[in-house]
Amino acid sequence: MIKAILVFNNHGKPRLSKFYTHFNEDMQQQIIRETFHLVSKRDDNVCNFLEGGTLIGGSDFKLVYRHYATLYFVFCVDSSESELGILDLIQVFVETLDKCFENVCELDLIFHVDKVHNILSELVMGGMVLETNMTEIMTRIEEQNKLEKQEAGLSAAPARAAAAVKNMNLPTIPTPNINLPNLPSFK
Amino acid sequence: MALKKVKGSLERVFDKNLQDLVRGIRNNKDSEAKYIASCIDDIKQELRQENIAVKANAVAKLYYLEMLGYDISWAAFNIIEVMSSSKFTFKRIGYLAASQSFHEGTDVLMLTTNMIRKDINSTNQYDASVAMNGLACFTSPDLARDLANDLMSLMASTKPYIRKKAVLLMYKIFLKFPEALRPAFPRLKDKLEDPDPGVQSAAVNVICELARKNPKNYLSLAPLFFKLMTSSTNNWMLIKIIKLFGALTPLEPRLGKKLLEPLTNLIHSTSAMSLLYECINTVISVLISLSSGMPDHSASIQLCVQKLCILIEDTDQNLKYLGLLAMGKILKTHPKSVQSHKDLILDCLDDKDESIRLRALDLLYGMVSKKNLMEIVKKLMIHVDRAEGSQYRDELLAKIIQICSQNNYQYIINFEWYVSILVELTKIEGTKHGHLIASQMLDVAIRVKAIRAFAVQQMAKLLENTSLLVGSAAQLNGICEVLYAAAWIVGEFSDFLLEPRSTLEAMLRQRVTSLPGHIQSIYVHNIIKLYSAILMKLEPDGEKEQITEVTQLISEKLPVFAESANLEVQERACCILQMLKYINKLQEKDVGVAEEVAALFAGELNPVAPKAQKKVPVPEGLDLDKWINEPPSESSDDEVTIDTMFVHDAHRGTSLRVSHKTKYEEPNEDELRRRRDVRREEQASNPHYLKDSRKKKLKDLAAENDVTVDGIPVAKIDLNVPLHVPGFNVTDEYMKKSKTSKKHRKKHKKGKRGRHISESSDDIKVAHTVDIVGEEMPEGATFSDDDEDDRALDDPHRALDIDLDRPLDDHDKIPIREHRVVAAGLKMETGQEATEIAEGEKPKKKHHHHRKEKEHKEKKSKKDKKHKKKSAEAVEETPATNEEAVDLMPGMEEAEPTRTNGQITDAVTQANTAGAEAKPEEPAKDDLSFWLSKASDEPSVATVVEDAPADTSEPPPEEKHKKHHKKEKKAKKEKKEKKKRSHKGHHGDEERLEEEETGRTEQMENGTVQESAPEVVIPPMSSYRLLAENNSIKMMYETRVELKTQNQVVVSVIFSNLTSSHLKSLDFNVLDSLNTRLIRVDLTSQHEGVKVPFQLPPGMTNEGQFAFTVKSITMAQKLRGTLTYMLKDDAGSTSEKIDFKVHLPVSAYFVPKQCSSAEYAELLSGGDLSSKQSMTIPNIEMDFSIVLARVHFFGHLSLVERVDTTASLYGQSIQGHQVCLLLKALPNKSISVDGKSSDSSLLSSLLDDVKTFLTEA
Repeated sequence: MIKAILVFNNHGKPRLSKFYTHFNEDMQQQIIRETFHLVSKRDDNVCNFLEGGTLIGGSDFKLVYRHYATLYFVFCVDSSESELGILDLIQVFVETLDKCFENVCELDLIFHVDKVHNILSELVMGGMVLETNMTEIMTRIEEQNKLEKQEAGLSAAPARAAAAVKNMNLPTIPTPNINLPNLPSFK
Repeated sequence: MALKKVKGSLERVFDKNLQDLVRGIRNNKDSEAKYIASCIDDIKQELRQENIAVKANAVAKLYYLEMLGYDISWAAFNIIEVMSSSKFTFKRIGYLAASQSFHEGTDVLMLTTNMIRKDINSTNQYDASVAMNGLACFTSPDLARDLANDLMSLMASTKPYIRKKAVLLMYKIFLKFPEALRPAFPRLKDKLEDPDPGVQSAAVNVICELARKNPKNYLSLAPLFFKLMTSSTNNWMLIKIIKLFGALTPLEPRLGKKLLEPLTNLIHSTSAMSLLYECINTVISVLISLSSGMPDHSASIQLCVQKLCILIEDTDQNLKYLGLLAMGKILKTHPKSVQSHKDLILDCLDDKDESIRLRALDLLYGMVSKKNLMEIVKKLMIHVDRAEGSQYRDELLAKIIQICSQNNYQYIINFEWYVSILVELTKIEGTKHGHLIASQMLDVAIRVKAIRAFAVQQMAKLLENTSLLVGSAAQLNGICEVLYAAAWIVGEFSDFLLEPRSTLEAMLRQRVTSLPGHIQSIYVHNIIKLYSAILMKLEPDGEKEQITEVTQLISEKLPVFAESANLEVQERACCILQMLKYINKLQEKDVGVAEEVAALFAGELNPVAPKAQKKVPVPEGLDLDKWINEPPSESSDDEVTIDTMFVHDAHRGTSLRVSHKTKYEEPNEDELRRRRDVRREEQASNPHYLKDSRKKKLKDLAAENDVTVDGIPVAKIDLNVPLHVPGFNVTDEYMKKSKTSKKHRKKHKKGKRGRHISESSDDIKVAHTVDIVGEEMPEGATFSDDDEDDRALDDPHRALDIDLDRPLDDHDKIPIREHRVVAAGLKMETGQEATEIAEGEKPKKKHHHHRKEKEHKEKKSKKDKKHKKKSAEAVEETPATNEEAVDLMPGMEEAEPTRTNGQITDAVTQANTAGAEAKPEEPAKDDLSFWLSKASDEPSVATVVEDAPADTSEPPPEEKHKKHHKKEKKAKKEKKEKKKRSHKGHHGDEERLEEEETGRTEQMENGTVQESAPEVVIPPMSSYRLLAENNSIKMMYETRVELKTQNQVVVSVIFSNLTSSHLKSLDFNVLDSLNTRLIRVDLTSQHEGVKVPFQLPPGMTNEGQFAFTVKSITMAQKLRGTLTYMLKDDAGSTSEKIDFKVHLPVSAYFVPKQCSSAEYAELLSGGDLSSKQSMTIPNIEMDFSIVLARVHFFGHLSLVERVDTTASLYGQSIQGHQVCLLLKALPNKSISVDGKSSDSSLLSSLLDDVKTFLTEA
């Protein structure tokens, strides 16, 4: 089981948090802080596993994480998950994000948390790995996007127009893309 | 109006959306909280709008805020509104927000049931998927119960996408609603073979999660998973399956054997590291489950270790980490293979990566030896100094202690060194392991007598330098716990103190009062011990002045403790103060008190094992829950309870002081008066004691006290004592010493007990003779660990420990929701409650009985229900559960009268149902063992021969499973037939061995059978049954028991050589069960067979006997075994084997014992035989005399009395169980058997046996 999936940047700002066990909001923030503290002090060339923090749950749990450019992707898993398997799952997740956002960078995650959540829900459901095949994941996401567009139709036109106006002065923050390193594929 | 609406929605276009919110927060970095507060106000405004799009927008913003740590539970209802939107876009937003913020305790959840049901059953698969995603995050027990049935149907959806999600979601349902597991399991199992790989993988995932916590229930799925493992190419699924096998193998070693080969192949072939790693992991657990040292497995171990070393040496830190992790598992069983890579692992200790260092630390445990312990610990101590995080430092500290203390301090050659290390460890800042260190100090000081003097000195130093240990920071971390140990050691072994006086002063310092209460109370208690020691030293020398000084000192300083807020400290201090006053008085009169004070603490404390108390057997006849006296009605009983409490404690054997009895002296007049005075004085000085007449004196006393407290020269003492605490140099000295001492080798004494020093491996001189005292345990108790459930009490998996092989019955169905009419619902509730109560109160049998009744009743209604379920959704709404409730109630009522009507009829049904219930468990296990045995013994023809008659009529195992669940009735019948048939096989040529049967028949002739029914010729009987037979050898066996040996049964096997060649090297081996074990001559080889002590020339027959130990004899046992032998003829010799099953029925443990009718009647009327059962065996063609003879002969029961067609029999088991049977021939050619016994399971097994004796003839 996956207990939580956290994405935060190099400064510990949460970009996505998904807890599959209930914690109240304060606790969630504490866990994010603790996890950031644990993860951020590690060099990039050390291993991607570490024993979970005290908050999230004892010795049975492990943090499996990857660091891409400015973001940390952290999965908190118990012993029924394969460590290397989860590493690959993170890779699948990030690759999917990359495809959906076309060269994903931190900004995409900042402004489209909802989309990131939707993508994640095609990979993991209630803490269990749902799908690892990227083609299948992409098909599902595209079909849902289509559905969304259909529904929006005319009625959403004003909203879109407004959004377009607002987006004109979108600040261009130089955020590096998450460069996908070529990892040995899982399959 | 309409215009307003339009206008409203137009305005809303310029509402902030999620992106605006994010942007706004980024632009307001300085006043983020303020900005968000204003946004939340906006959101609240928006939520009040009727436009759902606006609401959805607001909710979308909310879950972003939730991520930032803002509580959004106030918007729960609005979230539900958005969830209920018909548009996918909004629905998705709603469910996402719900999955983020809802949880089991959210009360609006109960509003969602119907909406969620509608959504998951939606024709749009994405609506359903979104709803299921949400549900997976916030399932509550209610939702789980109400939606389980819908999800069951979704598991069979035509869309793989929905199936996949439904299967995964079922796991969440099981967690919250365990009752759903059994009914849903067959379908879940089917999904393992779903055509869609995603669904398959999801099913594997769910079953793996379930099996991880309750592996034994899933053993029967092993063949299916094995098939998947060998056929699948999906690495994800393979990993899960292999992990699952890792959990299953400890339960079934044969499975492990079967797995080794495919796993080894995978290890060699796969390129995916994750798969490789999991394979290695599972191979390791297979090897752990199999016996060690078997030659063909050492190759596998080598392979694993070799692969792991490659991982550890890899530059990828991840692989290194995992390699070390897996190495740790091998270490437990095959330490030798890991030890050879010691250097590799020690190198990892210096790795820059903390995770890797921690893993390497774990491995160190197995790396130490007497030679390198000091070196390794020194290395660790350096790490401790350098460690940055307190967590890693704590880990190091715990590891040091673990390494040193492992195996009863096996590797420690110098305890002085160890004590110094412990003292050094106390200097680590901020460690949380104070308690651990303290318990080690105590343990070593108590159990290693030789070290006490040294330990006491060290502890005294520690006490004198408490500045480090006392203080707020130290208290938070608990390092001050070591003072607890130090104070106790110093007090208890005060004889060894060099300067007891200065230690005493150290313990009386003001700072001590800032310690936690429990430590203070130990201080106070040991102060008086120290005092006693000082008295013992000084008094004989007549140094009165010094004595008074010490007494003075204590009575001055102790009042501080007497004022402690901690009750324990206060009480002890007061008590001791009072005692001091007496002592003082006596001393003034020049009476020697030292001996008497010392007598208080005479004797020695023995170490008691931590589990000892639990292991003290409860004496027979003692009911701990019973009131000893009537429940107290008045408070005056207090004294009594206290008394019994002490008696109790003493009885339980907690740290008991072996004390010399001191005479209690009646105080004389003088004494009494003095005491009264003292009491008055005490009262006066006690601020809590209000007495106006002495106010003035009280004040004075208080003033005095203040002065004395101020006068304590705390600082001076601190300054006067130089720091004596040994540092690194000291421990290093020990190392040097041990190194030099290696040069002069001396033979050293071994510890008396509890410690084995293998001289062959390390010939290191032990610094001093060490006697590690073992811990005391109550008589008869062992150190073995209890089989405690290691799952936490609140672990939902506890509830999921459900037997899945038992076929479904009426209890196992998922409730179908219907419209609840309040009254009906109430009635149903109470009905169910009533059943539950009834079930709870009455023993299991009652439960079965009830079920049986219901089975009959509900057969019809069940069918109806099934029909309804399929036909139409609308019909589903019919009150099906109500129907059940109605059925339940009469069922209950009917059960009652039957019970009172006649015991026999009731008992008959009970017995029948019990039998029927017991059987279904077998098939699953049989399938598994068949599958396993087929694998492990493939070359053997015998297995096939033996199993053949049973299997020809049976469908293959896997098919049978399905069938089994669907048509349980039919399956049961089949089972019965199968059983009958197989027994026939065993008894086929019984009679042939008739001539060997002299002993038995003689015994039978002693009985009264032939006298009472002489006209019937009783056919010859043989108790020898066929064990196994093939072309070359035939084995027949019988069981023998003796009353004297309660736990032993001897199986006597006749081996017949059927060939014309020589049979030799016969080796008889049986797979032990927990209950029954073959007694092997050589205790070390648990799995090797017993050599048969003879050879068989052509055509010869010989008998060999094999003894088994049996724990419980109340159940029939079947043991699987193998006989290997050499067939030697002219062409050479070939090795062959034959498999067999030894059947040990309950009747095997009975010994015929004469019993007079009077005794018999007394036995029946007495209350000893508490359980009773009956059965009727129809269609018995044989004469009653033969029936009797058979029961008597095969059942080893003695005949008590026979009147016409009724007879009573008596039997006693080797473990003293008594059984009375009443056999009656009924007119319709059936035999009724009524039994009474002291053990119900024994009785039911025996009745089964009796049935077999009669039906297979």
